[in-house]
Amino acid sequence: MNTLLETKDLRIEFPAGDGKWAEALCGVDLSLDPGEVLGIVGESGSGKSIAMMALLQLLPKGARVTGSARFKGKELIGMAPSRIRQLRGKSIGCVFQDPLSAFNSVLRIGDQIAEAITLHDRSISKRAALKEAERLFELVAIPQPAKRVSQYPHEFSGGMRQRAMIAMALANRPELLIADEPTTALDVTVQAQILDLLRDLRKDLGIGLVLITHDLGVVAGLADKIAVMYGGRIVERGTTDDVFYHTAHPYTAGLIGAVPSLDGDGPLQQIDGTPPSIFNRPAGCSFHPRCSYTQPACQAGVPSLMNTGHTDCACHFPLVKPRAEVAE
Amino acid sequence: MADTTASLPGQTSGAMRLVRKLPPTAMIGALILLFWIFTVLTIQFWPLANPLDMVGRRLQPPSAAHWLGTDALGRDVFSRTMHGAVWSIPIAFLVVACAVAVGSVLGALSGFFGGWTDGIIMRLVDVTVAFPPILLAMAVAAMLGPGLTNASVAMVIVWWPIYARLMRAQVLEVKEREHVEAAIAGGAGPLRVLRVHVLPLCWTPTLINATMDFGQVVLLAASLSFIGLGAKPPSPEWGSMISEGATRFYSWWIAFGPGMAILTVVLATSFLGDGLRDVFDRRSS
Amino acid sequence: MLAYILRRLISIPFLLLGVASVSFLLSQMTKGDPLAALVPERQMSNPEIVNAVKAQWGLDEPMPIRYVRYLGNLLQGDMGTSFSTRRPVALDIAERLPATLELVIAAMIIGTAMGLALGLLSARFRGTVIDSLARIFALLGSSLPVFWSGLILLYVLSVRFSIVPGTGRLPPRVDPPPDVTGFYTVDALLAGNFPLFLQALSHLALPAFVLGWAVTGIITRLVRSSLVEGLSLDYARTARAKGAPERVVLVRHALPNAMIPLLTILGFTFAYLITGAVLTEAIFSWPGIGSYAVRAAASLDYPAIGGVTIVGAVAFLLANLVTDIAYAWANPRIKVH
Repeated sequence: MNTLLETKDLRIEFPAGDGKWAEALCGVDLSLDPGEVLGIVGESGSGKSIAMMALLQLLPKGARVTGSARFKGKELIGMAPSRIRQLRGKSIGCVFQDPLSAFNSVLRIGDQIAEAITLHDRSISKRAALKEAERLFELVAIPQPAKRVSQYPHEFSGGMRQRAMIAMALANRPELLIADEPTTALDVTVQAQILDLLRDLRKDLGIGLVLITHDLGVVAGLADKIAVMYGGRIVERGTTDDVFYHTAHPYTAGLIGAVPSLDGDGPLQQIDGTPPSIFNRPAGCSFHPRCSYTQPACQAGVPSLMNTGHTDCACHFPLVKPRAEVAE
Repeated sequence: MADTTASLPGQTSGAMRLVRKLPPTAMIGALILLFWIFTVLTIQFWPLANPLDMVGRRLQPPSAAHWLGTDALGRDVFSRTMHGAVWSIPIAFLVVACAVAVGSVLGALSGFFGGWTDGIIMRLVDVTVAFPPILLAMAVAAMLGPGLTNASVAMVIVWWPIYARLMRAQVLEVKEREHVEAAIAGGAGPLRVLRVHVLPLCWTPTLINATMDFGQVVLLAASLSFIGLGAKPPSPEWGSMISEGATRFYSWWIAFGPGMAILTVVLATSFLGDGLRDVFDRRSS
Repeated sequence: MLAYILRRLISIPFLLLGVASVSFLLSQMTKGDPLAALVPERQMSNPEIVNAVKAQWGLDEPMPIRYVRYLGNLLQGDMGTSFSTRRPVALDIAERLPATLELVIAAMIIGTAMGLALGLLSARFRGTVIDSLARIFALLGSSLPVFWSGLILLYVLSVRFSIVPGTGRLPPRVDPPPDVTGFYTVDALLAGNFPLFLQALSHLALPAFVLGWAVTGIITRLVRSSLVEGLSLDYARTARAKGAPERVVLVRHALPNAMIPLLTILGFTFAYLITGAVLTEAIFSWPGIGSYAVRAAASLDYPAIGGVTIVGAVAFLLANLVTDIAYAWANPRIKVH
């Protein structure tokens, strides 16, 4: 029972009209140990964000969540609202994509952080909570914390806002931090700074981190293991090294091709086409219409995750040739 | 937006499509309004007592013979309430139509020509809306002399600026479209461009607003009559009936009917206006 | 934003000039003879009065001079003499203004409080019976003629059940408190006369409710839609992710954001309040400028109507200006720019 977070066959469905349901997440198994970093990678619509939102019951009303998700052994799916609230922001912190819209623009940043503290501990005075907010600002390297806490979100730069958002997520020393595209809305240089910050925090605080992104490059230097998602399923799963150097799924290979390499000579590769809508999934392997290795069998059945020796891969025809040899 | 014009009420297929999209509350509103229009057109054939005749004892509470009782002169309040529609509905219609006509023409000129025309018309709008509506209406109606015609003129003066602003904003937006610029480049005269290429695309907000305002005009007309600046006794106008009721405090039924009548009209127009706005907003977004 | 307020401030003298000009035009329209707008019919045969008025308002002079005289008189606070009270209109209005202000402010408080409460309720329980009931109650307020709802409520609550006292600001034969603010409730408290305060308050309650109800509809509608929108925005998700219960998300996060659009319509609701005040005062025999205007209109007391109209327009302008400033002050995103 040492696992921090474990999902089994997690499914999410949304009403699709006429009493039908559209499956947005089709059975996902994930696990994370304390202090570990898991990168979940996929294009928009792959189900990566909603999977994490489902854990905290933050999905819009009407969504149907089934399967199991245990946090330190406690089942989150179907947990009473009053109990899940005690976990939110306390044991599990969240960082969202666009810090400008994620902060409340009419409240001071310090007050918003102090609220995260007082919501879980009524005995702390507002003043003490604000003092704690200043300390958190130091932790995430925001200069002049005393002045910054009394400012409004619009007075922060994008990078500083995301630091403040991280500070808020860390306010109650959570054991798990979920960061949903934390760098997507930021400039490239600022992105690197935020990733450095996350790396330092993880080292210093020893918290578990789920990093959701569409960009494999973001997780490459940070994650211990990676789950690649497509069409509501995990298509490849393994340690970061294995996923990069023993890539088995054509989609992952495509994503790696989409990572701009520093010494890269060749043009940036892209995967053609667009990800499928949850209301209209292709039959069989949902990646087959975009896959360059597709064969008739790909339309027949949904491939399940199989161990390839290095990664777990859900593909009828995994790429057998290890990338490591090609790269070196 | 180009298909907006094609489905405005007035063209059968478009109107039918519109009706199907309206939410149920808007349908209820439309039915209530139709009921009142029907009443106005057919009231003379209804088996009702003459609204001006003494038909029973004075100040009788509601009974089977007099559903809403009788007033201080022994007249049937129910009959007077229904006949009140003949005053309120056509007048509100006329006032809205005049306000739309005056406001739209001035607003269109203002938006289309800009410059001096725009400056003068818009300052006139600013000054008019600087007055609280009822006070301006009261002042105009009083200065012109009491009576329904003058009260109507006063209400048009209060209401035209709304439509001038609406139409100006619409024209300003449509003016920038390519087909208008093409028409101007093609050598069409400004008034022709305005009439043929711009105005047909500008009516939607005006129509929605006019629907909403209809109820408000009924309300203001009744208010002016209530004060004594609109319809004069013995006409069974809703506002003046309530004013009679106000002096006969214990006979609550005198004021009850006309108040409910006003309420139904105001509710109906706001339901219908809301529904229309929803339908058109959804389409334009 | 500062530039915007400055522009508004600069426009105000021009608007006032426009308002005065319109009033002048109206006074000139009166049955073809401007004299009729200044001298009561009964005194038309008195040459002394007629000549004095003619001289003061320049009635024998050409139009431009009359216009200048009119503006000059207005600037000195002279709006003519009321036909019915035979006192300067300005004095009449000054005396009645506190009663109206007391009513309008109380109504504003009640209307905003009810609007906020109903808006919060219907947003919190949206889609339920509570939501429908709150919205129907709000809608009724803005659809009912105040002179009718006032009448009916007065009949039910005062005549039938004696829950509230009758019309007026105080019971008959009760002396008002010593005049400090002109608000009976406040003055009674200042004088330390608590029973009198309760009497004044109970007389104020129903008319203020009727008037407040009339603006509740607009406020509820706005508050509800702002809140419902706010609950679907990112900041609400952040608050939930912090562990905030839905009630806290609504009150502490969505509500402050809803206050900004609310501020912008308060100026707009003021127009409704003035309209409603005129009619409410008439029903409740409230001795303010509204009932003064109604009596003036009914007796064709032109100077009085003109005076009330000008004062109303000035009040309206001020209300809109205050709204603009409050908006700028309340919105931190605007404050900096």
